[in-house]
Amino acid sequence: MTLGGFVVRNTFRNKRRSLLTMLSISFSLLLLTLMMSIWRTFYIDSGPPDSAKRLITRDRVSLAFFLPAYYRDKIRSVPGVVAVVPMTYFGNVYKDDRSTNSFAQVVTDPDEYPKVAADKIVAPDQLLAWQRDRTGAMVDIELAKKFGWKIGDHLTLQSPYFPVHPEVTIRAIYTIDPPVRSLIFNTKYLEESVDWFKGQAGWYLIQVASPSDVAPVSKAVDEMFHNAPQRTKTESQQAFQLSFVSSLGNVKAFILGICGAVVFAILLVSGNTMAMSIRARTREVAVLKTLGFTRQRVLSMFVGEAISLALAGGILGVLGATLLIRWLTHSPVAIGVPAGMKVTIPTMLASLLVAATVGFISGCLPAYNASRTNIVEGLRHIG
Amino acid sequence: MAIPISYNIRNLKLRKGLTVMTALGIALTVTTAIFLMALLAGLQRAFVSSGNSNNVLVLRKGSEAELSGGFDASLFPTLKVLPGIAKDSHGEPMVSGEWVVVIVLPRKDGTGEVNVTVRGMMPDGLELRPSAKLIEGRWFQTGQREVVVSKSIRSRFSHANIGDTMEFGKGSWKVVGVFDAGGSAYESEIWCDVNQMSADFDRQGGFSSAYLRATDAIAADALKNRVSDDQRLKLEGVLETDYYAKQTSSGAPIKYIGIVVAIIMAIGSSFAAMNTMYAAVAYRGREIATLRVLGFSRPSILTSFVLESLLLALLGAVAGILLMLPFNGMQTGTSNAVTFSEVVFSLQITPRVALYAIVFALLMGFFGGLFPAWHAARQNILAALRG
Repeated sequence: MTLGGFVVRNTFRNKRRSLLTMLSISFSLLLLTLMMSIWRTFYIDSGPPDSAKRLITRDRVSLAFFLPAYYRDKIRSVPGVVAVVPMTYFGNVYKDDRSTNSFAQVVTDPDEYPKVAADKIVAPDQLLAWQRDRTGAMVDIELAKKFGWKIGDHLTLQSPYFPVHPEVTIRAIYTIDPPVRSLIFNTKYLEESVDWFKGQAGWYLIQVASPSDVAPVSKAVDEMFHNAPQRTKTESQQAFQLSFVSSLGNVKAFILGICGAVVFAILLVSGNTMAMSIRARTREVAVLKTLGFTRQRVLSMFVGEAISLALAGGILGVLGATLLIRWLTHSPVAIGVPAGMKVTIPTMLASLLVAATVGFISGCLPAYNASRTNIVEGLRHIG
Repeated sequence: MAIPISYNIRNLKLRKGLTVMTALGIALTVTTAIFLMALLAGLQRAFVSSGNSNNVLVLRKGSEAELSGGFDASLFPTLKVLPGIAKDSHGEPMVSGEWVVVIVLPRKDGTGEVNVTVRGMMPDGLELRPSAKLIEGRWFQTGQREVVVSKSIRSRFSHANIGDTMEFGKGSWKVVGVFDAGGSAYESEIWCDVNQMSADFDRQGGFSSAYLRATDAIAADALKNRVSDDQRLKLEGVLETDYYAKQTSSGAPIKYIGIVVAIIMAIGSSFAAMNTMYAAVAYRGREIATLRVLGFSRPSILTSFVLESLLLALLGAVAGILLMLPFNGMQTGTSNAVTFSEVVFSLQITPRVALYAIVFALLMGFFGGLFPAWHAARQNILAALRG
């Protein structure tokens, strides 16, 4: 029998113990993978390819305060700006209050919008139809599929912020990866029905010529409105999304704290199991040594066992996390989960590496003790 | 006949290493749960303790928060003479017209900018809020460009010590005092004179809200209805306590994330506890058989092992609580969904949080111990005695 075979056989000789350890480790690693994926989505992921060239200008204090319409032309005059459109959040309620029916509804200027959202793929004739119909709306294909909408359908919208119930007609359906599940309609249509909203916009979406324009343009825009009635805050689309996250509090420390607790928990569980299983085998170790196995050999056998157990749990946990995240991003129940969140290969590998490392560390001490056992005493041991 | 609990305690002591490791594993899970519950408890306290039940907050009709729009100052005299309003120390009706704005201040540690609420108030505003105690310096004076800051604002932002000047609005403001709002939502605010402030933000001739102190709770209710029902005013009255209680919803994301994390960790810990208990049962096969021979029934063996698992979990819970205690009172902030400004609150390990943590751990112990105990109780006596 090879050393590998021996290790695998030993790992599964107490099936229940191995299974429980594996499950325990797998749940911890599921959490770890989940946390790492959240971290990646928020802090590492650069978002859709075009978002590197997009900026958002909003009121410095809060998105809740609208900006005047004349800001648009002033922003347009900044060198490096290719296009700028007004955007306003209309609401996210559809039909009833149930969160399963909820999706984002925003208003914008359809004529210029395609310039800042080139990554939203839409048929040219549909786009034209949307631009020509003031009551027209453009929806995400995922959303259309979910509600069974097709071109020409009429929808009645409602909003917690605007006292109107606009009726819109679906004129265009767009595709984007990852899906954003939103409905976009004309800001003029909303302005016509809501008096006080005239000449205002929630925020401005800016397209710049190249990613290197992002920093200078955002600085120039904010400086331009430094002494204006409403000061602005301009940042990249990614930073803008991140600001929602950071408003929840110290998210980074929060995630790190949970990761730390999880890793330490696996260490305890795995170490515990290895200590138990090695103690039960004291006599066997003595026999192995009698047969001529060196200390190193015995040591590596037990450490190998710990690593394979932790890895098995790790694989289970990573798979679990992948399924969980896939369910979360596709489920209509979980609102607010970024659609782009997924477990990437590097995240998986990192999780497995953590599992293997923890397995290694947890196996070391018990295995070291076992390898040092005095043969005669070990043979006498009653376990 | 029940097996004495000292048997379980001795058993736990016998395998110290195993007991400690398993209990620590449970402790870690409990720690995470406590952390999340303490966050929510702190947030709850910040909002729930903020209002005075005799205070009526008056807002423009249809606006849900002090920030979303205001009303004309000409309505204020009407409010002032409404029946049921208590008298202040000068014998005048205790009312305060206020302006609330949000400004952006850089954090002291350089980790970005934070929205902070500035509240301009009339002198009665201070009398209306007896829970806020001056701990240093003095209150601001009417007609002066002076501010008092809360204790947490002083510690979180630079230029917020007495004698410093803060830059916002149209110029600089002198910090003259520091107040302690006892963990309420006011703990995240800067206070100053309303007239000075509204001038700075071009908001003269209006108020974003008004506070009225009723003589008692019944008068407060009547006052609230009177304000809301008066068609001429187009204003809405709410009890201050209700207004703040509604803002607790800011903690919803923390709550949902917390529940998911706690459940996943709890399942993992239950498996670990199960492992330990199975091991305990396996080591003690002969012992259990002997107990059976001595006349202890299956149910009492089952109870005994479940009890042992519960003891283990309790140990973990206590360790978890002890581990978290040093963090009690640690301050953090989150964004208030209603006022758009940062609300500062502290971790609160209340007796209720500790109790929940213990129940949570006992649940883990129970599920972890049930199957091994079942296994122990059903062992074949003869086979076990021989083994």
